[in-house]
Amino acid sequence: MKPAFKYLLPLAIFLVLVGFFAAGLKLDPREVPSPLIDKPAPAFRLPVLNAAGQTFSPEDMRGQVWLLNVWASWCGACREEHPVLMAMAQRGEITLVGLDYKDTDAEASGVLTQAGNPYKTVAVDADGRVGIDYGVYGVPETYVIDKAGVIRYKQIGPVTDEALHTKILPLIKGLQ
Amino acid sequence: MMKKLWGIWLMLPLLAWAQAQPLGDDPAVEARLKALSTELRCLVCQNQTLADSTAPLAEDLRREIRELIAKGMSDKEITEYLVARYGDFVRYRPPVKAQTMLLWVGPSVLLVGGLAGLWLALRRRNQILVDDNDEEGEEA
Amino acid sequence: MIPELGHFALILALLLATTQAGFSLVGAARGNELWMTAGVSAARGQFFFIGIGFLSLAYAFYSNDFSVLYVASNSNSALPVQYRLAALWGGHEGSMLLWATTLALWTVAVTVFSRHLPPVFKARLLGTMGLISIGFLLFILLSSNPFERLIPAAMDGRDLNPLLQDPGMVFHPPVLYMGYVGFSVAFGFAIAALLGGELSPEWARWTRTWTTVAWMFLTVGIAFGSKWAYYELGWGGWWFWDAVENASFMPWLVGTALIHSLAVTEKRDAFKLWTVLLAIFAFSLSLLGTFLVRSGVLTSVHAFATDPRRGLFILGFLALVIGGALTLFALRAPKVGLGGKFGMVSRESMLLTNNVIMVVAAGVVMLGTLYPLFLDALGLGKISVGPPYFDTVFVPVMMPAIFLMGLAIFARWKNAALPDLMTRLKWAFGVSVVVALLLPFVMGKWTPMIALGLLMAMWIITTAVVSLRDRLQKREGGMIAALIHLPRAYQGMIVAHLGVAVFIIGVTMVKGYEVEQDMRMSPGDNATVGSYSFHFDGIQDQPGPNYMAAVGHFTATRNGREVAVLEPEKRMYTVQSMPMTEAAISAGLVNDLYVSLGEPVSEQAWAVRIYIKPFVQWIWVGALMMAGGGLLAMLDPRYRRRNKTQQGDNA
Repeated sequence: MKPAFKYLLPLAIFLVLVGFFAAGLKLDPREVPSPLIDKPAPAFRLPVLNAAGQTFSPEDMRGQVWLLNVWASWCGACREEHPVLMAMAQRGEITLVGLDYKDTDAEASGVLTQAGNPYKTVAVDADGRVGIDYGVYGVPETYVIDKAGVIRYKQIGPVTDEALHTKILPLIKGLQ
Repeated sequence: MMKKLWGIWLMLPLLAWAQAQPLGDDPAVEARLKALSTELRCLVCQNQTLADSTAPLAEDLRREIRELIAKGMSDKEITEYLVARYGDFVRYRPPVKAQTMLLWVGPSVLLVGGLAGLWLALRRRNQILVDDNDEEGEEA
Repeated sequence: MIPELGHFALILALLLATTQAGFSLVGAARGNELWMTAGVSAARGQFFFIGIGFLSLAYAFYSNDFSVLYVASNSNSALPVQYRLAALWGGHEGSMLLWATTLALWTVAVTVFSRHLPPVFKARLLGTMGLISIGFLLFILLSSNPFERLIPAAMDGRDLNPLLQDPGMVFHPPVLYMGYVGFSVAFGFAIAALLGGELSPEWARWTRTWTTVAWMFLTVGIAFGSKWAYYELGWGGWWFWDAVENASFMPWLVGTALIHSLAVTEKRDAFKLWTVLLAIFAFSLSLLGTFLVRSGVLTSVHAFATDPRRGLFILGFLALVIGGALTLFALRAPKVGLGGKFGMVSRESMLLTNNVIMVVAAGVVMLGTLYPLFLDALGLGKISVGPPYFDTVFVPVMMPAIFLMGLAIFARWKNAALPDLMTRLKWAFGVSVVVALLLPFVMGKWTPMIALGLLMAMWIITTAVVSLRDRLQKREGGMIAALIHLPRAYQGMIVAHLGVAVFIIGVTMVKGYEVEQDMRMSPGDNATVGSYSFHFDGIQDQPGPNYMAAVGHFTATRNGREVAVLEPEKRMYTVQSMPMTEAAISAGLVNDLYVSLGEPVSEQAWAVRIYIKPFVQWIWVGALMMAGGGLLAMLDPRYRRRNKTQQGDNA
């Protein structure tokens, strides 16, 4: 049988490839994992929406587990996750801080008065610079930050009920 | 008419304002930005370099790179700065590490392996054909 | 009504494809001639009904039938008629139908032009092609039906992606598919030969013509696509090593190897297994390309709606077709003879070496394209592999192949003497080195890459000249007459090889000497780029059929003489409210002037990107020469008259 092995080689290589392709069908090539996981959340100090003179910094949240949700009034997918965030805020399980990314204050406030405000505070990142520090590439994105100020998880794209209950909430319970 | 006017402009250095300005302030910075950004991937696009993309995030990142250059950071430091935020995914030239070893060594291995395999096969083939007394080989 | 007719026609086509495969294969196995003839009729019937399906969909597009979901998603009543028709293959469902139609076209061509094939062989060939057709028609009918109705009908369509509203869209996909799918014939030949257990020089000769035609289409199709990207995407690149480009480049590399390998199998009855394997690979890579584009496993600039369920279907089909072929190969390979003997230094060994390099090159492209997928599937992180990687890795792999290209045309069959080759080619080598070293100085900039590129191009040119001189010396009469009387196959080889040289010159020059400037220009401003001066005369609004355009007017001068008027546009397509940049290009043999409008930067001023791209047209001229060489070689009388056992003197 040994001499015939080399003729089986193309088939063997091909089957390995097929295995990879089958695995690849389940993956999303566009989802980029964040290198910031398990790293301290980058520091910033930004003005707070609709509160002249006030600022927000991740330092203010030390000792708490909290969510940083990057959103904008121009972002369609944010509207999708908005009800999920509202429900979460009503249950009061966790503090939600918004990062209003490359937006105007007027339009952002408009959305919040119209659809409700799930956030404890909304920090305004008008030129998207803090977004770059957090590696934001598609809004919405949501970061779970622990008591020590370390990023523990990043949700890319809208927070769905499924993601909330299978990943985010169990993680937060553990952290608290 | 237009052409005539244009000729006059050429002759009058006084009208230097008619000379268009480069978009960036410093050509040296622009050249470095260009070289760097052709090796970086625009994250929101399907598959485009940062240099080619007109997406808002790409513009922000180009602005950021310009400022980092102005701060005196080296190309390597700037790349590291971006990798720290977005991961290796932003680099179109993957870094050499354990996971990418096969990617970088693969081409040489394939080439050397292919040619060596060919050489061995040809040698064996010639031996077999000699052993067979060249019965079918001569005429084709 | 007509869409239902089209849908029904596709169902009939599927039945006929099944008949074609069944009757042909069973008929061949039993030696039943009646069954085999029935297979031929079924193949023609299949073509007829797929044709009806295709025309029905075309009519739905032509008549703006927005009660058809696919038409409503990919067309619009304001779309000009040529783009409405091209919109047929603007989305997933339609391009699959184009695939199936192209396959049927090749199948019917086989039934028409293969009267000389032994009936059993032909039946196996048609049977194989029928099996492939079944797969694609099933795929269309089960998961990608282009005739699905939209009830209630849309008022108007969502329009064809403005990026695709271009003459390139009319030609590029059909020509490319003719190439991709054309390799199915070579594949069918390979399977038929393996089934019959006989790989003869005749087999190679039959396969060769079909392979060359498919390869020509693929070459032209890829060149079209590259040219289209060059003027449409607005940043003047011509090749991006994008997954979809790579998916067409891999079969091209293997197809090129196959053509050369077939030459040896035909002439010397050698490398038979290798040739068969290449024929299987070429088509397998075409299928793989289809899978990669459709399934969404890789990101690409060719944004097709992707769907993992469809991906799974194609993957299963892929596994069946390629896996089946490779299993058959493994079963039959041990029984295939070795063929003619040849020395370690001979034309055979050089062609074979180049073959291996081409396949390695395809392997390298595949490695780079699929590597991110491998890592991701193994949970080892996400990376991007892009142009910097491919540029670094691809050129060194191809260099020895280019060197051998020049050498191989002199090497004799069976046995060649290396010292003899070296004396004959020292002139060519000397000239190449001198030109490569000195020309960049004359051009004003010397870099190792430029010198290397020129060396490779000059080596191909000088060796071709020496070869021609040797040939012509043996002939009587004037130069021109002698040139014309050279064997077509030889002429084709020289033209195609010179095409490679022209291509390399284009790539080297544009990479080495391209000038780019991003300017801020107000009407009346001048910009000096390279030795050219560009005057911005102004900008005005101009409505198009389905867009509004701002058209800039630039006058380019050199040494005070007007050389071109350039009108780049910034378009806003109304339906999808999508902005598009239409670059203005003044193409020339030596320089392309390329102007592209960016965004307005103030009331008056615009961001304007200006390129001078030296010799860039040579890239596509080179590609067309390669295809032209294929055409010449095909016209060699050897391939047209089978009964005459006429021996040409070249491969």
